[in-house]
Amino acid sequence: MSISPAVLRSQYQYGGRREEPSMSEEYILEMRNITKEFPNIKALSDVNFKVRRGEIHCLVGENGAGKSTLMKVLSGVWKYGTYTGDIVYEGEIQKFRGIADSEAKGIAIIYQELALFPELSVYENIYFGHEITDKGAIDWNETIVNSQKYLKKVRLNIDPSVKVKTLNTGKQQLVEIAKALSKNCKLLIFDEPTSSLNEDDSQNLLNLMRELKSQGITCIMISHKLREITAIADTITVLRDGSTICSLDAKTDDISEANIIKNMVGRTIDDIYPKRLEKNITDVVFEVRNLSAEDRATGRQILKNISFNVRKGEIIGLQGLMGAGRTECALAVFGNPYKYKITSGEIWMGDRRVNFRNPKQAIKNGLAYVSEDRKGNGLVLIQDIKYNITLANLDELLNGVAIDENKEVGVANKYKKEINIKAPTVAQKVNTLSGGNQQKVQISKWLFARPKVLILDEPTRGIDVGAKYEIYTIMNRLVKEGMSIIMISSELPEVLGMSDRLYVMSEGQITGELSIEEATEEKVMKMAINS
Amino acid sequence: MGRKQQSLGKEVVSLLKNNAASYMMYFALVVIMLVFQIWTGGKFFTAQNISNLFNQAAYVAVLAIGMTLILILKHIDLSCGYVAGLSGAVAAILMEKMGINVWISMLIVLLMGLAIGFYQGVLVTKVGIPAFITTLAGMFIFRGLLTRSLASSGTIIVTDETFKAMCQGYIPDIPGNSSGIHMVTMFIAVVAAVIVVVFQAKSRMNKKKYGFPVVSLPIFIAGLITVSAVIIFAAWMLAINNGIPISALIVGGILAIYAFILSKTKLGRHIYGIGGNDQAAELSGVDVKKVTLFAFCSMSVLAAVAGFLYTSRLSSATPTAGLAFEMDAIASSYIGGTAVSGGVGKVTNAIIGTFVIMSLTNGMNLMMIDISYQYIVKGIIFVIAVAFDVKSRKK
Repeated sequence: MSISPAVLRSQYQYGGRREEPSMSEEYILEMRNITKEFPNIKALSDVNFKVRRGEIHCLVGENGAGKSTLMKVLSGVWKYGTYTGDIVYEGEIQKFRGIADSEAKGIAIIYQELALFPELSVYENIYFGHEITDKGAIDWNETIVNSQKYLKKVRLNIDPSVKVKTLNTGKQQLVEIAKALSKNCKLLIFDEPTSSLNEDDSQNLLNLMRELKSQGITCIMISHKLREITAIADTITVLRDGSTICSLDAKTDDISEANIIKNMVGRTIDDIYPKRLEKNITDVVFEVRNLSAEDRATGRQILKNISFNVRKGEIIGLQGLMGAGRTECALAVFGNPYKYKITSGEIWMGDRRVNFRNPKQAIKNGLAYVSEDRKGNGLVLIQDIKYNITLANLDELLNGVAIDENKEVGVANKYKKEINIKAPTVAQKVNTLSGGNQQKVQISKWLFARPKVLILDEPTRGIDVGAKYEIYTIMNRLVKEGMSIIMISSELPEVLGMSDRLYVMSEGQITGELSIEEATEEKVMKMAINS
Repeated sequence: MGRKQQSLGKEVVSLLKNNAASYMMYFALVVIMLVFQIWTGGKFFTAQNISNLFNQAAYVAVLAIGMTLILILKHIDLSCGYVAGLSGAVAAILMEKMGINVWISMLIVLLMGLAIGFYQGVLVTKVGIPAFITTLAGMFIFRGLLTRSLASSGTIIVTDETFKAMCQGYIPDIPGNSSGIHMVTMFIAVVAAVIVVVFQAKSRMNKKKYGFPVVSLPIFIAGLITVSAVIIFAAWMLAINNGIPISALIVGGILAIYAFILSKTKLGRHIYGIGGNDQAAELSGVDVKKVTLFAFCSMSVLAAVAGFLYTSRLSSATPTAGLAFEMDAIASSYIGGTAVSGGVGKVTNAIIGTFVIMSLTNGMNLMMIDISYQYIVKGIIFVIAVAFDVKSRKK
């Protein structure tokens, strides 16, 4: 293949650090000068993105920086002709007209939201869409044998005939990877692969990526988790506002978290966790004593003898691995909407014992729960900002039986300003906002419900560094004003950076309580893994 | 605001593009009416026929209002047709066979509707049977009950004048008016037009105050003039006949109540919330079961009202009443822009949808087109309307 002037030019533009060998040798993928425009917005402008064969290449950037759009261009979701620029893959310019085209060439994406069929078995899932057939009929024996082979490759030791719904998220993700491998993929793209995994499963996945690398499979990973990125990446490309900012080589460049963040946000953030100068922590306002609960359907005990409390003006962290029962614990106290069978326990608000039969009563009594899954059960996405902000406290807007729309807009505007929701007006539909702004809408909703105790479940999941900082600042302001916050988070540094005190959970039990002074990552992890 | 004034032409184009689905129903309605006007040689827009159209559409409109709530909640009620049929039959039996006063009879039947709605609502919310199954079962049951209730008597002729007036009568005029034009009708129309203009203007001013997007003034005024003209024209057609039908008044009243509930009350917010994301609604303190139960109760009570209207128009209760009513109601609601995925819908638009469906029925009846073709045509229009809606929502 002869090198066209365009290739030379783009290589020169890209840095030209050293002599490049013929690109088909060293680079499996080169995306050149990709520009993708949507009505009113330029999502990608002149992006260059080069991936070496057999490396782990991390793609980072704040939400809205264009990472997902770039991957959609690569996989053919945005088909050839809807963008400008070239995709050179395996030495050829590709014109993907859909995902099927890119898959046929060995490019596979593992999405954040897994695309498996919960009611089908693992082997049916692995071979869904490319079934092994013998004279037109599916050869199930061959399918099972082959599935086992790929499950082994991803180090998943399960019976391939179990239904996918019986596996936890971490295992489901491995099934998804096995599926990709079964299609002979050469370039595997992970979109926020560890965002819904616990530390154990995350580590597992990162190890698997290293292994895949040693087998010659190239991986691209989109992630917000800088610690993981710096641990695993061979190359890190930073996007900001739809442009490539830099591409860092792990061997030769500075890939410290600070440097990555600087490039992502275009400024340095000295302290990720804003400090509270004065603390005014007083009486216990909320307390759970010996709470135990079972899942009605399976009879599995999900909470065992949980006791914790939170004081006025205090942030407590509820730390633990995914599946430790933190969200279940929060929901069980927040009116128990999923109807766990509560076998014992008391809930106290100050010196009053309470028993909430549904979230409505919990809200009335000063509890608020910011969901970990803002799209799934946190927000009504098809409605606008003002609708969502006021939903949990419409009583305050009532004028007789009618809702006072002036008041409604007033309230929404107040929070838009205070919480800094970036949108033209509060009549903007929530599904058009970025993750960080959606989260701010959710938080505003619960602040308007005027809680005494605010439960934040993974408040910064999947949102960018800038918005995270804003949310931390809001948390600090709220406790300063006398609110109490229970923060559930999988990110250890976040819990350690924000809490005054923390509880560690493991397998439905509280395995430890630590003041922030005595808490270290090691101690917490030990308690979290202990059972 | 950031961007200033775009040209009027551009705005019209972008409005049409972005709201293709919602304008589609108006467009369809106008086209259907005009086509029938031409094909029937001018028989469609006659005073008598417009009056007739109102009476014909009334029972479907009432059902469509209730159905819209159910569909926003992502449920469905297949039984409402036969609940209407049964209600008409029971009302006729009470009045004609048992001699019970018309008002008490209607009250009893409304309570029966409430009980039916409660029964179905409990099955859906507490027992957890999908609404499709619950109301499919209801369809069997109420059809059976309808046939049974009229088994001994056959079709019952309704003689009560008050009852018949519901879907045959007209509002009274000023005594001594001999102009041939129904004055009260014109007066109501003018008042209605003024109210619409005032409310729209106020709403636009409010939106502007908050910096929300609004259409430009010329387009806004053009819209108001169109709406007012339609109201006055429709009223004129009615006024040169016998005036506003009482059925239209009943539908208008129910419509006003439901439009208010949906747009201005907590209950309305909760309905949209559940339809948009039931889990988020529940976690926001919405009593999902109670609201859903309400919607089913309201549906069956409205079905009883629809039953009265239908029986009143025919002056008789027949065992075949109720057949496929639910299809017209569901189609009306969807043509009126209720989202197939739930969470979105307006009762006022469902009424427009009713007029689309019933104009088709009315027009094809005028042309004496066989009922078999009528079903086919309605089906095609229905599926096109929903296709438009689904397409435009994807954007």
